[in-house]
Amino acid sequence: MENKIFEPKIVAFVCNWCTYAGADLTGTSRIKYAPNVKIVRFPCTGRIDFMLLLKAFGEGADGIIVSGCHPNDCHYTSGNFHARRRWISFRSLLDFLGIDTGRITFSWVSAAEGAKWAALVNDTVSRIKELGPYTDYEKVARYYEEEVNHE
Amino acid sequence: MNEYQTIAAGLLSSGTAAMVIGYSEGSAKRVRPVFFTRPEEASTLVFDSRCVQNIAVYLTKKEIRTEGKIAIIASLPVMRSIIQLASEHQLSEEKIIVIGITPSGEVKQFNGFDALDAYVSSTTIEIEARYREKIEQVEKMTLTERWNFWKNELSACFKCYACRAACPMCYCTRCTVEMNQPQWIPVPSHTLGNFEWHIMRAMHLAGRCVDCNACAEACPLGIPFNLLTKQMILQFKKDFGGYNPSLKGLNILSSYLPDDKENFIQ
Repeated sequence: MENKIFEPKIVAFVCNWCTYAGADLTGTSRIKYAPNVKIVRFPCTGRIDFMLLLKAFGEGADGIIVSGCHPNDCHYTSGNFHARRRWISFRSLLDFLGIDTGRITFSWVSAAEGAKWAALVNDTVSRIKELGPYTDYEKVARYYEEEVNHE
Repeated sequence: MNEYQTIAAGLLSSGTAAMVIGYSEGSAKRVRPVFFTRPEEASTLVFDSRCVQNIAVYLTKKEIRTEGKIAIIASLPVMRSIIQLASEHQLSEEKIIVIGITPSGEVKQFNGFDALDAYVSSTTIEIEARYREKIEQVEKMTLTERWNFWKNELSACFKCYACRAACPMCYCTRCTVEMNQPQWIPVPSHTLGNFEWHIMRAMHLAGRCVDCNACAEACPLGIPFNLLTKQMILQFKKDFGGYNPSLKGLNILSSYLPDDKENFIQ
């Protein structure tokens, strides 16, 4: 186990209309990219609750990707603009609390940018590989096990 | 009787207001909120630096809503809360009379939200220097130090939700913390539950908090979680240029500008 190379677990929260279609294009264009990412499809980036990011970290994700339509391209006109404000404030709050925002990649990937999606995932994976596993948050999430051990 | 007592008594005796909400002398040299309907009780009203509880919190309660027209003794933070609640369509203008007491001690009666909005807009929310220093101190720490700092500070929290009860902006009839299918916030007051509760609280107050400090005053353990909302206000001033509740101004997180600036989206 000791010699095993660290393979980060990445959760990607993407919007249905742009990034999900973009990731699909990556596949249909047969571009190979890191298999570490698990994609969760949302109707819109504006619909992604900030708590979900925390849940991902709590469940052992080492990195997170949040991606949606480019500004002015939102299927619902303004979902990504709202999302942008939310991430600006959420990111600074997490940073203030000592949660590593370097592990969260925010991006705009359109349905035509299959290559950008592949590059984005590869970038994120290599960055997280350098950072190592994210244990701070996961450790506190294992409160139940801790209590059982204590007894 | 002083000015605000006279106004309160007058409003009740003329029948303009059905109830007055204010502060009166409580036990142990503390003040407590009072709700009275008879004009002779107006002489028990007090207003001084001890009145830190934000009594705007009662305006959204259904027991108060059904009372008819309410007059409220309002400090500046209470006035800001009223404007914020009004902008969220939680209060009706014809049911509230604000007996405002400005920080300089001047008594102003506001019969409509427009006049109140004009007054509130003429002031700005400034984070006190002692909190700014503390925030800077935390910001200067490394990531791990910050994490440990908050882990340590929040470990005292036993989730009594007094902060939520004290906050006029926490008026949801069903809070996320009570959502259990799925369980959003872990129930135990363990580090994770405490972190997620305070992150959730700060995020749900983002752009809405009027910095009245009632939450921190209500905390029985003196946890400095108000630094979170204060830090956000400072950040919002930087990122979105300005921070003040206003009737027409949309909340920071429920509005946007197409050219909002950030430096992290790839």
